[in-house]
Amino acid sequence: MTVADWIAEPTNWVYLVLALVIAVSALRVVTSTNVVHAALFLVLALAGTAGLFLLLSAEFVAWVLVLVYIGAVIVLFLFGIMITRAPTGPNVEVDHQRRAPAAMAAFLIFIVTAGSALTAFGDKQISNLGRGTSTEVIGEQLLQRFVIPFEVVSFVLLAALIGGITLARKDATPAEEMAREGSDA
Amino acid sequence: MLLNQFLILGALLFSLGIYGLLVRRNAVMVLLSIELMLNAVNVNLVAFEAFLQNANVGGQIFAIFVITVAAAEVGVGLAIILMIFRNRTSANIDELDLMKW
Repeated sequence: MTVADWIAEPTNWVYLVLALVIAVSALRVVTSTNVVHAALFLVLALAGTAGLFLLLSAEFVAWVLVLVYIGAVIVLFLFGIMITRAPTGPNVEVDHQRRAPAAMAAFLIFIVTAGSALTAFGDKQISNLGRGTSTEVIGEQLLQRFVIPFEVVSFVLLAALIGGITLARKDATPAEEMAREGSDA
Repeated sequence: MLLNQFLILGALLFSLGIYGLLVRRNAVMVLLSIELMLNAVNVNLVAFEAFLQNANVGGQIFAIFVITVAAAEVGVGLAIILMIFRNRTSANIDELDLMKW
């Protein structure tokens, strides 16, 4: 498949735009010196990914991504940033000094994963995407073939909920504990 | 569309996440990088699902599971960071060297 063939496909133009948005905003997530900006660039990267999922006709996953990530997780992140008073000023050291080895490691991982993808899947095409995966199919599969992982995930969420509350709750001081026991009696 | 264009984008997102994970000092920003890496996994899963087109849409369903687990992870992670911040008045992970030999 030549480059001209690739460019001729209109979906590839959409892909190119989305990939550019995702790559640039992902780069800004890891290089931005402002924590709030990093979180907002993550929103952009996730929105681009949702667009990519729509391109791959995975509509339900795309909207789940928008709802759960952009709607809930990022809000949680912004709460975390505000509560921990993360440094948001211009001249704060958000990175430590050893950037070069980290970049080296990341680059090597990129080479290995991208290289193995290139050798394994050379010219394989994604075709016949059709009208997209209907949510009905996903719902049926989720409650038939994948019902056990589905239940396990619901337990994981419950455990995370309880764990989060238990961790973040302020423990009562011994004096308060005494006072409460006194009022119970 | 080639399958590889999605796989390489996923690899790029994953390695950017690794870079952020290694280089950031603030624990919240480390969590942001972890989200990037999980997102790379989702891209791969959905791309393979579109490529294989199985009747049981396993790729998309596992992408949904990854999103769910990521949400749980962020909740617990931020609670832990909050605890660390309360105890040490700093969320910088390079200052947490209590157990360093």
